[in-house]
Amino acid sequence: MSEGLISSRQQEVIEEFELFDDWMDKYEHLIELGKDIPAIQPHRKTDDHLIKGCQSKVWLAADETDSGAVEFTADSDAIITKGLVGLMVRVLSGADARAIAEADLHFLDAIGLHQHLSPTRSNGLASMVKQMRLYAAALAARQS
Amino acid sequence: MMMASLNLPERIRQDFPILQRKVHGKDLVYLDNAASAQKPLAVIEGQREYLSNYHANIHRGAHHLAQLATEAFEGARGKIATHIGAAHTEEVVFTGGSTDAINLVAQAWGRANLTSDDTVLVTRMEHHANIVPWQMVCAEKGAKLVPVNVLEDGTLDLDDYASCLEQHQPKMVGFVHASNTLGTINPVAEMCAQAKAAGALTLVDGSQALPHLNIDVQAIDCDFYVATAHKAYGPTGLGFLYGKKSHLESMPPWRGGGEMIESVSFEGTTFNGLPHKFEAGTPHISGGIAFGIALDWMNGVGTENISHHETRLVEHAHAALGTLKGLQIIGTAPHKVGVVSLVVDGLHPYDLGTLLDGQGMAVRTGHHCTEPLMQHLGLESGTLRMSFAAYTTREEIDRAVIALDRAINMLR
Repeated sequence: MSEGLISSRQQEVIEEFELFDDWMDKYEHLIELGKDIPAIQPHRKTDDHLIKGCQSKVWLAADETDSGAVEFTADSDAIITKGLVGLMVRVLSGADARAIAEADLHFLDAIGLHQHLSPTRSNGLASMVKQMRLYAAALAARQS
Repeated sequence: MMMASLNLPERIRQDFPILQRKVHGKDLVYLDNAASAQKPLAVIEGQREYLSNYHANIHRGAHHLAQLATEAFEGARGKIATHIGAAHTEEVVFTGGSTDAINLVAQAWGRANLTSDDTVLVTRMEHHANIVPWQMVCAEKGAKLVPVNVLEDGTLDLDDYASCLEQHQPKMVGFVHASNTLGTINPVAEMCAQAKAAGALTLVDGSQALPHLNIDVQAIDCDFYVATAHKAYGPTGLGFLYGKKSHLESMPPWRGGGEMIESVSFEGTTFNGLPHKFEAGTPHISGGIAFGIALDWMNGVGTENISHHETRLVEHAHAALGTLKGLQIIGTAPHKVGVVSLVVDGLHPYDLGTLLDGQGMAVRTGHHCTEPLMQHLGLESGTLRMSFAAYTTREEIDRAVIALDRAINMLR
């Protein structure tokens, strides 16, 4: 069911971004999305939760809910990165650990933002996705 | 000369096919030349001509193609030597780039000459390429690495330089001819004279100077000078080390292999003479030949014309950017190459760079491989850098300023 959740959320994001054919409109939307990000609690913005990218910083925390799902909170010092992080959190947060660990994340490709996921883009996003999956995989292993 | 430089881009832009392309549906504005310059047709065609007409391995072949390739490659070495005013062609060693050239000196000279009593002096405005190779050899030898301070406007603190020379008595001093982050042109001839008087050897990193300035290594009187081809309209993966003949002769080889030997046996190997003793293995032949063509292209345009044009562009950019609220230019030294670094209050350079990319503009954001400088200036997230070349126009800078204004308004 959770796999279905991730995939329907990806579909939702793809349809949302289909409205924009100009890059600047896409970025405008990302900037708006960054404002609604489920923010990491200030006291958790420590080096333990810092994902080091070359240029922009990303903080990420993961928590297990009572029902065994994973909830993410995050932040970034760059506004566009924050929007991208917000998209990842929106797609994955609240899903089952195993579904997150195994999710086929194709939406960034579909909306033309895949370049921001490349390891050379140095915005920490690629490392963040890896970290989200690692956390989920570890939790899934404990749950089974 | 004035007239020639006024319409310089108009005359040469058609030499650069890439400048015709679009990015995200908009005309490309390429302002990342300090990272790498675009290539004129002559360079592209010259490399193609070599690969399709006279490619062969060089120096050892008895056949016709080997002879043609060797002549072209060694001819390029001669062009470099002439371009930088070297006294002897064999003082020019082909390397993989500036980084490779500095590593060569740090390893070949450093390992043979540095001890735990010695100091290597560099500056806080160095690219990592002129810090880390020294850090490595200093760690191995127990030597000290000391940085010279940079002043707030991005000029080198020459008083600190003088006192560092006196206090530390360094054996080697390394500094940039022009800073890739600040644009600052250092008074290299004076600095070399001071170092020499203090008994130190000098290595000048000319990576950002070669594309913009006339270089005369004998007038500068440095012991070593390094530069890379791709920032000077040539190919990637190639650069050179210039070294005074006496130093290069006394330095042991660094990398072993073919080309660098005279004869090899298991009892012992004797090494080739200069410059080949530092060029183990088959070199980047097509790159060397194309670099020679790039220098021909630059000389055809006139280095003074390029310098003059870029100085005008920097003045124009400083004035135009000054109209944007909350924007601060980082590096306002009186003598600069075509580099303008900036920050905007409260905004991350990465966001600004991304929004410029969305409008077809290529700029660089971040620490520009000068982390110690960024720490020194208190710029944790780095800067946004626009850097110019011979083909950059005032209109492109105006477009970039408008695009930046739009980006700032979106992010505020």
